[in-house]
Amino acid sequence: MSNVVLEMDSVVKRFGENEVLRGVSLELRRHEVVCLIGASGSGKSTLLRCVNLLERIDGGDIKLFGRSLTDPRIDPNLVRRHVGIVFQAYDLFPHMTVLDNVALGPMRAHKRNRDEVHEEALVLLERIGLKERANDYPERLSGGQQQRVAIVRSLAMRPSLLLLDEVTSALDPSLVGEVLDLLTDLAHQGTTMLIATHEMNFARDVAHEVAYLDKGVLVEKGTPEKMFGSPDHEATKNFSVEFAKPHPLPGED
Amino acid sequence: MPIDPGVDIPSFDPSDGVPNLFASRRSRLLVGRRGVLVSTLSTIVILGLIVALLFVPSGGAVFRYTFFNLHDLWVAWVGDPHLGIDAVRDGLVTNIWMFLVSEALVLILGVLVAWCRISQSPVLFPFRMLVTVYSDVARGTPVLLVILIVGYGLPQLGFGFISDQSPAVYGVFTLVFCYTAYVSEVIRAGIFSIPNGQHQAARSLGLSHASMMRHVILPQAVRNVIPPLLNDFISLQKDTALVSAIGVVEVTRAAQIFSSTEFNESGLTLAALFFLVLTIPMTRLTDRLIARDRARRLTIVT
Repeated sequence: MSNVVLEMDSVVKRFGENEVLRGVSLELRRHEVVCLIGASGSGKSTLLRCVNLLERIDGGDIKLFGRSLTDPRIDPNLVRRHVGIVFQAYDLFPHMTVLDNVALGPMRAHKRNRDEVHEEALVLLERIGLKERANDYPERLSGGQQQRVAIVRSLAMRPSLLLLDEVTSALDPSLVGEVLDLLTDLAHQGTTMLIATHEMNFARDVAHEVAYLDKGVLVEKGTPEKMFGSPDHEATKNFSVEFAKPHPLPGED
Repeated sequence: MPIDPGVDIPSFDPSDGVPNLFASRRSRLLVGRRGVLVSTLSTIVILGLIVALLFVPSGGAVFRYTFFNLHDLWVAWVGDPHLGIDAVRDGLVTNIWMFLVSEALVLILGVLVAWCRISQSPVLFPFRMLVTVYSDVARGTPVLLVILIVGYGLPQLGFGFISDQSPAVYGVFTLVFCYTAYVSEVIRAGIFSIPNGQHQAARSLGLSHASMMRHVILPQAVRNVIPPLLNDFISLQKDTALVSAIGVVEVTRAAQIFSSTEFNESGLTLAALFFLVLTIPMTRLTDRLIARDRARRLTIVT
């Protein structure tokens, strides 16, 4: 099999009358990072949610490792164990400690041994500098720390593909940096990621490919150099060049 | 919409002098150490008035004799076999085991019923219908009536095991039947109170529906509804008194026997005290558990 992890072919998604995705096609190879950019409501989040089967598509096809996700034999839970997703609002489990949050998936979905899972979780938490907060409850952490824990919670499942849905949009500007730094590290280590983001500088630095979505249509995709330098379409230019201004506040970390 | 520049927006005019930012004299009196002193004084005065009401008026002695007769309180407590008076302290054990067993069963069944009602599984469809009807019936019929129907009705059927139980067991059965409906509604509300993000986060880890409910949704749902849940449990504890209607000699029944034999109501007072002693510490304990859970999870901002 080739290196293609994810293949989207003319994906259509409707919410009632409202067509949110109008034939989006996109491909993602192993170790590749693709950033989705576009205004709010352009369909970036919906696209990610379709890959994770949190939404069912109404047309076209999505293939994961060459297998169509529209196949009735597909078990969504098995798909989700391979495709991690991190949300804008972190959505950590407030009644569990940080460690238990990270360990829940491997223990309950993979049914792995508790001690082994905890050991691994602590290693992951150490990597993001939050090992000493392992026994704290999430609401005691800052937004940036919570979001990094949420990312690690997904990583603990050892996903083949990580989806990130505007993970810095809910954060205080001073906390954005620490989360983007973690994502940059992951990209350098070869994590395959599909990232919906408003952080244009981040997209330019990290993405192998940038795709611009507008009202459910994938207008243009290409290398960051092209997309932020001289895109083919006027609409892309208006969007990417307008917003790709220097980051107002560098991350404090 | 931009504000019409012609509209005058009211604001404090600094030329009027410094605005008053001080609290009134009266509210200043009620904060800090002075506040403690004031509250202590007012408590002493009010309690003193209540005690005085018991002792000073002309009816005070009769009142004390009727409801707080120390000798009769004692006799009601220990019972008197010669006069055929059952001891309230023996009845107490009956009430306690009845509500402990009932509460455990109600909690388990309540979760199951709530789960069934919100589940979307097609297999459970007939159960969902039955459970909805059950919940309407159980909440719509008086507990006392159900106790009578079950306690007198089932033994008449002559159905072996079902008809051979003791009245106390019928009582527990009825309490579980009636209260499961209330508790399941409370738990259902608790489940609905959990934000959708929690469901999504759990599902996107690849957890099964059952795992998600057990590890993510229910623990949070139950925490959110502890106060109303406790309400139902207190209500259930008190309703163990209704089981006396089918001849179970529990606290209320024993007290009633005493009162009708001795023509003194101190036995009933004793029974009332028993229920108070039981429920008040439970509410305090739950308040503390909730406070501790909050403190552990949140950085409290005042």
